[in-house]
Amino acid sequence: MAQLWSDYVWPLTVMVAQSVLLLVVLLLAVAYVLYADRKVWAAVQLRRGPNVVGPWGLLQSFADLLKFVVKEPTIPDSANKGVFLLAPLVTCVLALAAWAVIPVNAGWVIADLNVGILYVFAISSLMVYGIIMGGWASNSKYPFLSALRSAAQMVSYEVSIGFVMITVLLCVGSLNLTDIVDAQDSQWGLFGWFWLPLFPMFAIFFISALAETNRPPFDLVEAESELVAGFMVEYGSTPYMMFMLGEYVAIVTMCAMCTILFMGGWLPPIPVAPFTWVPGVVWFALKALAVFFMFAMVKAFVPRYRYDQLMRLGWKVFLPLSLAMVAIVAAVLQLTGLAPR
Amino acid sequence: MTLAALFFYGFASVCVASAFMVIAARNPVHSVLFLILAFVNAAGLFILAGAEFLAMILVVVYVGAVAVLFLFVVMMLDVDFAELRRGSLTYLPVGALVGVVLLVELVLALGSWVVTGGVTRNLAAPTPPLATLTNTEALGLVLYTRYVYFFQIAGIVLLVAMIGAIVLTLRHKPKVKRQIVADQVRRTKASAIEVRQVRPGQGL
Repeated sequence: MAQLWSDYVWPLTVMVAQSVLLLVVLLLAVAYVLYADRKVWAAVQLRRGPNVVGPWGLLQSFADLLKFVVKEPTIPDSANKGVFLLAPLVTCVLALAAWAVIPVNAGWVIADLNVGILYVFAISSLMVYGIIMGGWASNSKYPFLSALRSAAQMVSYEVSIGFVMITVLLCVGSLNLTDIVDAQDSQWGLFGWFWLPLFPMFAIFFISALAETNRPPFDLVEAESELVAGFMVEYGSTPYMMFMLGEYVAIVTMCAMCTILFMGGWLPPIPVAPFTWVPGVVWFALKALAVFFMFAMVKAFVPRYRYDQLMRLGWKVFLPLSLAMVAIVAAVLQLTGLAPR
Repeated sequence: MTLAALFFYGFASVCVASAFMVIAARNPVHSVLFLILAFVNAAGLFILAGAEFLAMILVVVYVGAVAVLFLFVVMMLDVDFAELRRGSLTYLPVGALVGVVLLVELVLALGSWVVTGGVTRNLAAPTPPLATLTNTEALGLVLYTRYVYFFQIAGIVLLVAMIGAIVLTLRHKPKVKRQIVADQVRRTKASAIEVRQVRPGQGL
């Protein structure tokens, strides 16, 4: 009995407690990221943004949540009901599942997988199913067109994201996310992080992340001027909220991945005394927020791409560029003897 | 260990059940969705076996890319599967024959399975000791040394298939307007606009 406790029950309890803590923090963060997104957008357009609910509108996201939950859910008569309700659930669960392997500080990770980066990549490649299933199950024109678009778009940009991850892996020699951050630790602080030597890949990753999470300017999936609202036209109430939540969690995940791969994760930008006292999780959050700020700014001032331009960018620009960079980085590492052993 | 067994039976039974549903489902899209479920559970089985790299690659390649394209095609095609099934009874003998042949072949192959000396030796002492190497590294070490030619040949086969598909489907329609980005970028003020002096009452 004591062995059962020490082998299964206690580790399970710890894991559940960690997961709940992470989820609560993450969902709170998403609530304010949503608020920040709207505020940044408003500021760029010289508007005030949400400012009514709570001081400076700080409780706006919670008011929205309450509104979605108390609304009546509607399911179209001709929809494929099972798949229709499964789609938002898939989006939401997958988006949250990615956080199981993301380290927010040295050792602060729920599952320290050896193949952590592949896991995140796998999860982000599964995110497309939420959209396809939702679009197909709605049994309506616009959602269906949106589902087809998104399938093509997300599969295209995954390719370049994969190559970017491979270049980072070449420099690190491990698929573990903690190792990737540790590999960027040097006495040069922020100039030792991968954004500097791999700058083109950093740019490609950032832009592909926008496309992968269907953020503007690549939000052709829900382009309101041509597809009304894309795959979520038929959704309302809680299922819609779950789509929204999944989308924003995926965005925060991409910001975190950007931080881990290129901006040194939880490492302080200048490795001297006052900066090293700050807990790593604070640096991690600050960096992820900085990346999110860029996401929000791009949304505010870049017009939406046309579909053929999107495809051209993915296949004719990013794919050759990232493929060439994989070869170049590998050659440079091999010839200079910098390759990790 | 009991926990691992529990997970194994969980993954295995869901995998088999969803594989059955792939052929039993009436709606082709449901079939593909069940196929995806089967893939994901197979990935779970890989993880239980300690092959985490293969599990993730299975999810990335099969679920994330191949099944998306399946779904894409199945959703686009308006296939009436009830119509297709109507004649299935007439093909039943042929199908059964193929099934029996396959079964006999499998039984023969597995029955006369001989583990060669090299394999037993490798099993006794895996080339890279598993305790020191993650299975990503272990796979990389054999894939790029001992099996490098097979690996390259597999790559060439895929490349040929890809080029074949492109050759079969690529058509240049002469009347379709195409956007040439390089031309657009190369445009200058001199080549794009022309300033004319228009006299009143004359026009150009």
